[in-house]
Parts: sequence; structure tokens; C-alpha cells
Amino acid sequence: MSEGDALLPHLCPVPQRVLRQQQFTSLEEKPQFPGASADFVDKLDFIQPNVISGIPIYRVMDRQGQIINPDEDPQLSQEQVLKFYKTMTLLNTMDRILYESQRQGRISFYMTNYGEEGTHVGSAAALDDTDLVFGQYREAGVLMYRGYPLDLFMAQCYGNTSDTGKGRQMPVHYGCRDRHFVTISSPLATQIPQAVGAAYAFKRDNASRAVICYFGEGAASEGDAHAGFNFAATLECPILFFCRNNGYAISTPTSEQYRGDGIAARGPGYGIMSIRVDGNDVFAVYNATREARRRAIAENQPFLIEAMTYRIGHHSTSDDSSAYRSVDEVNYWDKQDHPISRLRHHMLGRGWWDEEQEKSWRKKSRKRVMEAFEQAERKLKPSPQHLFSDVYCEMPPQLQKQQEALARHLRLYGEHYPLEHFEK
Amino acid sequence: MAAAAGALRRLVRCGPQQVGSGRLPPPASRSPGSVLTLVPVSPQGLGRRLRLQLRSGIHGSAPAAVQVTVRDALNQALDEELERDERVFLLGEEVAQYDGAYKMGFTGIAVGAAMAGLRPICEFMTFNFSMQAIDQVINSAGKTLYMSAGMVPVPVVFRGPNGASAGVGAQHSQCFAAWYGHCPGLKVVSPWSSEDAKGLLKASVRDDNPVVMLENELMYGVPFEMAEEAQSKDFLVPIGKAKIERQGTHVTLVSHSRSVGHCLEAAAVLVKEGVECEVINLRTIRPMDVESIEASVVKTNHLITVEGGWPQFGVGAEICARIMEGPAFNYLDAPAVRLTGADVPMPYAKILEENCLPQVKDIIFAVKKVLNI
Repeated sequence: MSEGDALLPHLCPVPQRVLRQQQFTSLEEKPQFPGASADFVDKLDFIQPNVISGIPIYRVMDRQGQIINPDEDPQLSQEQVLKFYKTMTLLNTMDRILYESQRQGRISFYMTNYGEEGTHVGSAAALDDTDLVFGQYREAGVLMYRGYPLDLFMAQCYGNTSDTGKGRQMPVHYGCRDRHFVTISSPLATQIPQAVGAAYAFKRDNASRAVICYFGEGAASEGDAHAGFNFAATLECPILFFCRNNGYAISTPTSEQYRGDGIAARGPGYGIMSIRVDGNDVFAVYNATREARRRAIAENQPFLIEAMTYRIGHHSTSDDSSAYRSVDEVNYWDKQDHPISRLRHHMLGRGWWDEEQEKSWRKKSRKRVMEAFEQAERKLKPSPQHLFSDVYCEMPPQLQKQQEALARHLRLYGEHYPLEHFEK
Repeated sequence: MAAAAGALRRLVRCGPQQVGSGRLPPPASRSPGSVLTLVPVSPQGLGRRLRLQLRSGIHGSAPAAVQVTVRDALNQALDEELERDERVFLLGEEVAQYDGAYKMGFTGIAVGAAMAGLRPICEFMTFNFSMQAIDQVINSAGKTLYMSAGMVPVPVVFRGPNGASAGVGAQHSQCFAAWYGHCPGLKVVSPWSSEDAKGLLKASVRDDNPVVMLENELMYGVPFEMAEEAQSKDFLVPIGKAKIERQGTHVTLVSHSRSVGHCLEAAAVLVKEGVECEVINLRTIRPMDVESIEASVVKTNHLITVEGGWPQFGVGAEICARIMEGPAFNYLDAPAVRLTGADVPMPYAKILEENCLPQVKDIIFAVKKVLNI
């Protein structure tokens, strides 16, 4: 057996993690180094990174929605699969409307999820409701799957008085304590070691809860990602690292992002169980997440899932991706390999859906989104008093004084301010 | 259990005791210890063991005042808070890393654990290294409660030595009082005495906000008398309240951390010349107790701030601005004066280093200048 074989990344069904150090003996010519468990070799040979035939991509359905290997069929009920489909399409519809609303100057900013709906819904469905989610910014489908209502999505984007975030953040920075979705934070990859810390807390509590941490392939280049992975492994935490490899980090294509075999290949380097899945195949995402979750909790170890997908939309409303990629490329993914159409083909094949229902659902979901949208626009903005709260758990005296001073000022000169747009 | 005991043993060997024993060796030569020490919930037995190991020479039921070093006071505080609340745990670094990954790592882990309901105490080898993790401290710990509109509190304590030590060079000697004191959402404390150290650390752990505790390495080995009530398990020093260490009538000296000792020494010299200095120990950088300073200036009419940090945008600058904005301005008989560290990266050579920080003679000189004597 050549050294090369031993070093190819492989998916090991039986956990072989944490090889404890061998007994120290000076009598044999075996390596005694504490840092590695390996044999000597007397031929100079460099390990070749394997990017031509990288880690294989697990999938359940083909591009036409047909199950390839019946053993891998998650055998979900019609109701569940319908929920997958409706969540993905509702998200898609909401994205279209809110993207437009930014273009029209109604909201300041937006990020769409086009093409990645499968990664959100497949993974969210595989989790327990109380598993803690740390997202990056392109995981709205996870929150939608957990039942976050349309008007709260809109409220956050509009920063209106219904926003549980009190209008403090840019659009798409959702957060929901009740649904165990940590508020989105802008700096990239900071959520990765935080997610590990939270998983450590769960492990200590014997909580049977997992943490899932989403990030893109670009964020995986950050230093925080390295630290997070290494700590998750050494602290043996019940955490799922879910990488959405969507081909682009704003304008940086993956060919410029890394030279190795993507993100999944890094997992074994940290001693982390890893898998690569077809992110546009919602059943594959579901299966992988479900199994990883079960084992992460049972065995207190991290799992890395790299979901291959494609970012069909621009990075955000501040980006015009036609500057760095061809329209043909985008069209291919939109038309030929989209998570929503693949699931629809599957449902049609099963007799669980048809053109009539499709038309009716499209109309209904659009109507729901438009209603929530119109209401959100009309709502007032949060009270100016919220300028001062939540800086600390208790409001310090100087902020109280400023809050009172503002109130006095508005009582005297309120007519010069657009107070009618704000809640009292 | 064995893992926890092992972790505790490592904590004992490599905790503040080691650090506070004088000069900090340069990173490369420091002996490898475990990078991350996590001390979990201490069941009664472990807590008692730790206490016995660390609190050598201190009796359980101490009569009256005793001499306690700052280091021991900190360890008492840690021990007591670990025992009191099982959500409290320690993590930190013992070996400096060149690439900084560990700092970002464990700082982020502390923030995440706090978000999930634990109460971590995160130790930096020195606050200089916190710069590599400063995004986690400010953007994540400091701002998250506000940005999540109260949904995600972050009750974490970041502690470690701050400011100059002795011969550790420019990259290990910076004072971060101004950097962290700048940021709303963080609380920043800076103890001087053992009482400060113990009471502020306990108060910081019990505070639901993220707290940065700026200790001083050269103070770790200094013994202070600790009154009986300061030895109680519930002894707290309130965050946001300064302490008048010495009453006076002629000039107000405001300081924090090690400089407080220098001010008291200068006051002892000046009293022989008939000058009575009022020495204020800030104890907390943010929220700053401006009222105490104002009350003192109203009494003495002269103000000098003393700090080890750099002058520009420093603690003294903030104090002067706040005094100007308030009623005490009208009581000043002379412009307020700031004594600060020299505006250079800290040199390594001993004589240069000494002259880059405010010394007792500098304080005496400044007092005489301000009082025109």
C-alpha cells in the first residue's frame, strides 16, 4: 500500500478519531513523537493534493428528481415534502418582492437566496426545533422553515415597529430567540467559534441539542474558521458545520478562493468527520444533516457538511454579478439544476403535485407575500426611545438622562420632526 | 472527573501565579503548556481542593485584616465565583501564538458560550493579544445585545494583564483602557489593590453585560491589607464607582491601576511640604464615575490625571473633556493637567522604559506646577 492511498480523504463509517499515543518504548525503531501517530518512510515523496477527483458528492435524486438509489430515499411523507416545496417557493417569492423593493428605494438593502433554498430547507428539516442555529446571512429559509412569519421578515427589512430587532440592523439580519436562531451578525465567520462555544455549553448540560453553524466557502478562508474547526474537534462538541459552497464569494470565484479540494477536504485535517453533498438535492441535504446530527450528539464530535450549490442571484443589492460572470452560466443553474424544480419534478413523478396546484400555489403565495409587504410598508417605525435601550442589560444613568432630554426636546419642538412615522 | 482534575492542575501551574512572577519571558521561550484550559463546574470537592491549593496561608475564618497579594485576591474571587454559580467557567491562553488563531478561537468560543447561557471568564495572556480577537470582543460581545434588541445577552468577562510590565517591549506593553473604554456595550474595570481586584472580578462575573477587566502584571505580587468584610464570599466592589484612596484639599489626582500607587507615594512626599493631595482611584473606566471627580474638583480646584497609557484620546483626555462639560469647570483655578505615558512605542531598555511612564517625581513636579509652588 503506497503512502498516497493512506492519505486520500475517505469517508470512514467506523469512527477512528483520536488515536491515543502509543506506549513509549525505546527498544524499537518506531516513531515516538507525541505529535503524530505514523510510521517512518525512507523515500522522499510529497503528498499530492487531490483536486482532479475530489471528495465525491452525495446525492439522492438526479437532476430530473428521480431517486437514484431507493435505499437512500428518506421516505418522507407527502405532507413533509409539500412543506419543503412550499417553504422553498415562498422564500423565492419573498426574495423577488423584497429585492424589487430595494431597487425601488423602499428598503435600503437586501440579499436573495436564489438557488440555495435546498440547502436551507433540507438542513432545517433534519434538525430538532431547539437546535441552535448560527447563520451567516444567506439562510433565511432555515428561519422560514421553523415558522418565522412573513410579516416579521418584512418587519426586519423595513425596520418597522413590529421588528423584534427594534429596527437596529440592516435588512436580512434576522434573529429569533424563540426559534433558536441567533441574530445575524455582519462580520464574516465570527459565528464559527461562537457556535463552538455554544455547542460546548450544550455538551456540558447534556442537553441532547446540537448547534448548526452555516457559512460560505469564502468565510471558510477566515482565521476564525480555522480556530472554530480546531476547537470543535479538540473540545469534542456536538456541532454541525454546514458550508454553502455556492461558487462565489461576492466576485471571487472558488478557483481563486482555494487551491485545495474545497472545504470538505479540510475537515479530516482537523480530525472532523466530513461529507460533501449536492446542495441542490434537498433529500441529500436532509439525509446528511440528519445522520450528522444524530451522531454529533451521540458521540460528542463535530461534523462538516459541504453542500455544493450555486448562487444564482447577485451577492446583494450592492452587487452586479454580470461584471464577473456570464449570463449563460447563471441561466444554466436557474434552468437546469435548481433545487425547487428538482423537487417539483420529484413530486410530479409521485403524483403529489400538478400544474393546477402549482398555479394556485404561486398565486396564493404571491398574494400572501404582497399582503405582508404592503402591511409592513404602512407600519410605523420604532419609537425614538429605543435609541437608548439594550446598550447594557440595565440602562445606565447617562443614557437615561439623554433619553429624557430627547423626550423633552420632542415635546417642545416635535412639530419639526416627522414624528408621525414613528411609534410614540 | 480525571480530565477536570487534570485541567485544574494545569490551571494552577499556569494561571496568574506564573504570570505574576515578574518578567514575562518572550513568547518563543515560554514553555509549552496546554493552550486551552477549561475548568468546568466544580463540584464541592474540586472547589475545596482548588481553594486549598491556591489560598496557601490564608485561613478560612480570618480575623480582622490580613495581607493578601493581588494574585491571591484574584484567585479567591475566581474560586468563589466558580463555586457559587455552575454556569461560570474559565478559559484562556497560556502560550502566545504567532498566528493568532487561538486568540480569535477561544474569544469567539467565550462569546458563543455566553450567548448559549454560560458565564465564561476568558483570560488573555496580556491584553495586547486581545487585538487579534478584538472583533469578537467589540463587535460580538459588546454590540450584540443592542443589535439583537435584547434577545442575545453576552455575560462574559475578559480579563488579563494590561499596560506596561517590565522589559517586555512595545508589543506587550500597550494600555487598552482607552480602546475598550471607547465602546458602548462594554464595561471596563481597572483594579489597583487586592480589594479592587477581588471585588471587581466578582462584580464583573455577576454582571450580565460583557466586562473587560484590565489587570496589571506588576501588581500581581503586591500585598495589600484586606479588611474583614473584603474576605467575605459576597464582597463586591460596585462597577462604576470610584474610590477616594486619600482625602485632600489642595489638588485632585485621578488615576487607575498601578499609577494609583504612584499618586499615593507622591502625596506622602508632598504632605511634608504642606500640600494635601486627594487621590481618586477610578476603579472603573466605563462607566466612569465623573461625579466623584467633579465633587473633588469642587473641593480642591485643581486636577491632575495620571495614567500609563498614551496621551492622545486617553483616559485623561476623557476626564478633562467631561470636567469641562460639567459644573466643576467653574471651580478650576488652573487648567487640568494630564500625566500620561510617553507618546512612543514602549522601548525595551530598562532606563528608557522607566522614563516612558509617569513616575512619582513626575507627579510631584506636576502638582507643584499646577499649584504654582
